[in-house]
Amino acid sequence: MPLPLSYNLKNLTVRKTTTLMTALGIGLTVAVLLGILALVGGLDKALQATGHPLHLLVMRKNSLSELVSQINREAVSSIRNKPGIQQLDGEPMVSPEIVTVINLPRHNSPDGANVNIRGLPPMGIRMRSNLKLIEGRWFRPGQREVVVGKSIARRYVNAGVGDRLRFGRGDWNVVGVLDAGNTAFDSEIWVGLNQLATDSNRMEVLSSVLVRASDPVSLQALQNAVADDQRLYLEGKREVDYYLEQTNSAEPVKFLGIFVAVIMAVGSCFAAMNTMYAAVARRAREIGTLRVLGFSGGSILLAFMIESLLLSLLGGLIGVLLVLPLHGLESGIGNNLTFSETGFDFRLSPAIVAAGVGFASIMGLLGGLLPARGAARESILSALREL
Amino acid sequence: MVNDLVVEATDLHKEFQRDAFQVIALQDVHLTVQKGEFVAFMGPSGSGKSSLLYIIAAIDRPTRGRVKVLGRDLLQLKERAMADWRNENIGFIFQTFNLIPVLTARENVELPLLLTHLSRQERAEHAATALGLVGLSDRMDHYPRQLSGGQEQRVAIARAIVSDPSIILADEPTGDLDAQSAQEILTILSRLNRDHGKTILMVTHDPHAARHASKIRYLEKGQLLPEGAPQPE
Repeated sequence: MPLPLSYNLKNLTVRKTTTLMTALGIGLTVAVLLGILALVGGLDKALQATGHPLHLLVMRKNSLSELVSQINREAVSSIRNKPGIQQLDGEPMVSPEIVTVINLPRHNSPDGANVNIRGLPPMGIRMRSNLKLIEGRWFRPGQREVVVGKSIARRYVNAGVGDRLRFGRGDWNVVGVLDAGNTAFDSEIWVGLNQLATDSNRMEVLSSVLVRASDPVSLQALQNAVADDQRLYLEGKREVDYYLEQTNSAEPVKFLGIFVAVIMAVGSCFAAMNTMYAAVARRAREIGTLRVLGFSGGSILLAFMIESLLLSLLGGLIGVLLVLPLHGLESGIGNNLTFSETGFDFRLSPAIVAAGVGFASIMGLLGGLLPARGAARESILSALREL
Repeated sequence: MVNDLVVEATDLHKEFQRDAFQVIALQDVHLTVQKGEFVAFMGPSGSGKSSLLYIIAAIDRPTRGRVKVLGRDLLQLKERAMADWRNENIGFIFQTFNLIPVLTARENVELPLLLTHLSRQERAEHAATALGLVGLSDRMDHYPRQLSGGQEQRVAIARAIVSDPSIILADEPTGDLDAQSAQEILTILSRLNRDHGKTILMVTHDPHAARHASKIRYLEKGQLLPEGAPQPE
């Protein structure tokens, strides 16, 4: 039978300062890891959830993003006439769009950051059925009006309804705010297609054409038809795949964060090890006594491992508490494909919290293993003779 | 009577390495202890008293020789079996009490019972009984730091007897106590021997303590002097 848990708990509470210092060290490591995971989780959520499963995004062949893609307007007619396109009110669900990038001042960064402007026809809005206008109204054709994503409205200067944004050839009235459910569209500014084409002098050249297929089989057929049409030199990409590929923009941050967390974890392991070695040394006679009473080396090993685990779980809890204020915090990260910023919320999901606590437990178990093993293996006599 | 032999040690020899030196702790020790005896072992420091006690307690093993305690050849036991055997058969009392400082008197006394199949309720009852036997019923929830030295040693005695072992081994149980506390401890040990039939083997430097034993054996330079031999100079 193992030693009672109260034995471990009391030993930890008796050494309050040491326990807290070690737990804090582990907690900081967990906080760094959780912060990174919350960032990556938020960004993944923003990008992975974007797109409709039946949407095909047509761009120029080998274009990595809409921003660098160029499509002549004549190609739109050709695409519109392909079979397998879903109809809405007798109209094919096809949306020719222009995507460009501008610099806007941000509340906490006067130098500003790049933001995507998307020019699209009314059909383009109707095709994004999962977004809703949370404030104001949609822009009117022929007017210098824009609707901003909610992330833009919150984080950029003069981006609220009633404000005026200055880009291109002049000012634009902000008439609405859209909520795209924490997807990438929340980080865009939408305007009428022709208004943007005129303003950016791109009357003949579009960025992409969004097409909705009538079913998954038609989607594949449509994708093949676009790729096989030698006149167009275009390719279709599933919209969900297109945004999924952009999650790669978070990879360097993820790598760096995990790298830092791992280095800190090694340090925290040593801190836990140091604490546990000190505990074993201080309690050598106690260990000897327990062995004389009949507790096996295995019981002693287990007791010290449990103590180390409790210590690290406390650290994990501290780490979670430290990082909890980040949950829901809005931020943005530069996207190396769109050359603009993608806004996202830090998301501290239960899975991420569990990962942090698990990470802390591993640190505790690794840190406690050698001291516990030493305690279990020490001969009873030499333990009893320790002062 | 052979059946009443509790300890039967033959040709016990114990050597150990201390730094560069080979130390002989015991040599050619022959010892028998009858059931119900109270034996005191005396001798100068380094004479091998504690080494003999640790071997009988299955805490240490002899370099050579045989030792049977309660009919069990201790050298045949593996590490884990020795731990179980100690728990079932031996109550050990240390000079420095060796109580677990973060546990209360009751929790300390209950420790050996955690290795038995007793329920929580039964463990609590046994611990209360043992503490009552040493006169500490009113100190059960005290921590060791809240007790005097004599009280700590009485808790240690309660811990030693709580699992009702056949043998109680005491290594200088009065060595760290004042005269009055020492007398209380010796009185308890005498009572355990006389009233409860416990076999007690006690190492001591104190002739007064030794007088409570029914038999005194002397050790000198690792050798057990013959029974009835006078105390060495």
